[in-house]
Amino acid sequence: MSTADLEPQVSALRAMTLIVGRELRLSFRRPEQVLQPLVFFLIVTTLFPLGLSLQLSLLRDMAPGVLWVAALLSSLLSLDALFKGDADDGTLDQLALSGQSLTAIVLAKTASHWLVSGAALVLVSPLVGIALGIPWGVFPTMLGSLALGTLCLSWLGAIGAGLTVGLKRGNVLVSLVVLPLAMPLLIFGAGATDRAAAGISPAGALYLLGSLCVFTCTLAPFAVAAALRITLEG
Amino acid sequence: MWTWFYKLASPPSVYRTATALTPWFMTVALIAIACGLIGGLGFAPPDYQQGDAFRIIYVHVPSAYMSLFCYSAMAVAGAIGLIWRIKMSYALAAATAPIGASFTALALVTGSLWGKPMWGTYWAWDPRLTSELILLFLYAGVMSLRPAFEDPARGDRAAALLSIVGFVNVPIIHFSVQWWNSLHQGSTIAKIGKPSMPGSMLWPLLTMLLGFTCFYAAVVCMRLRGEVLNRERQSAWVREAVKS
Repeated sequence: MSTADLEPQVSALRAMTLIVGRELRLSFRRPEQVLQPLVFFLIVTTLFPLGLSLQLSLLRDMAPGVLWVAALLSSLLSLDALFKGDADDGTLDQLALSGQSLTAIVLAKTASHWLVSGAALVLVSPLVGIALGIPWGVFPTMLGSLALGTLCLSWLGAIGAGLTVGLKRGNVLVSLVVLPLAMPLLIFGAGATDRAAAGISPAGALYLLGSLCVFTCTLAPFAVAAALRITLEG
Repeated sequence: MWTWFYKLASPPSVYRTATALTPWFMTVALIAIACGLIGGLGFAPPDYQQGDAFRIIYVHVPSAYMSLFCYSAMAVAGAIGLIWRIKMSYALAAATAPIGASFTALALVTGSLWGKPMWGTYWAWDPRLTSELILLFLYAGVMSLRPAFEDPARGDRAAALLSIVGFVNVPIIHFSVQWWNSLHQGSTIAKIGKPSMPGSMLWPLLTMLLGFTCFYAAVVCMRLRGEVLNRERQSAWVREAVKS
């Protein structure tokens, strides 16, 4: 193979936009992949009042934690769609061989995955917020922390999904790998919402969440690309 | 220099070195642990606040230290494997993981046993206990990822990458858990800080730290031998080594 074959045909930015477009189109053609994690999110948040108590005053205290645990679990479910389909039909191998930087490809794929999973979850979360009795004033903090947190979760999840993509029974393993890494997010995210509900400024927690977000967005693409190289080769 | 290094890192040489080093490490470990225990349980004065119950520190602190030490060793060995493609480095990481997880479990158990007389409960969501628990989960993730691959070489690399990601995350987890605790509850529990210890209390602790580290080295050498034999079971030198 000559070096000319390895030269990418389009610029990295163009390739990334193409991938984002493709991913979004694919998920609109298979809406169940987008909707199922959201429905799961709603169901899990329904479980808590049924299992704990129907008193809105009690629920209100637990609401941030419940919301965040449910968001964490449902984001794990949506990870299956990230690489699996493309790995099964060989698209992922072609992308890896395209000569484009795998890091850029992963960046585009995970960003579009967040748009259809994390951002969608943020849009649905007010419903859950109302049902759990979260006061209106807390909604901006809740939405902001969820937006930052789900972006981080998409990245951590992408690492887990990249590591387990070739495995037959990867589902449980992804949770085992990703959940311990995601615990700081839960603490800061639920903490920010908690603080806002208690009338304290949530700025500190939101800043920390934001810095974690920047941190994962910068480093995780490399880790995901390395993970895919490990699982794809051979 | 590099040829020497690669020779040293070849499986037969690793096997021989590990075999030769095991008794030395084990001897030092046993002597140090024996001295530390005698000093800690016999000669150290009882704590003015905690009485004799503080003596569990001589097991608890070294095992908590080893839990982090082993995780770092595992991540560094994994990184060396990924960067320089030294296979034996993966064997070292694989041999270290269960030992580290055991030390983490030991730290948790001794911590909760200590918690019963001091705090009145076996488990408190104390920041250090919680981050130790999360560390145990991280070990569980690494240990279950490796054997999930049919191709052991891929499992090694995947586990190495995961342990590096976890290594970056350990300080974040530690810090976040501390922050979380300061948010949710005040100091209902009298936290045991780091008091300046008198020498008679300190030297057994340092001896125990040395003993635990040497114990890890001895056990990792034993496990490494097993790993090497298992990984190289197709090769001629293993057949000879097993026969003799």
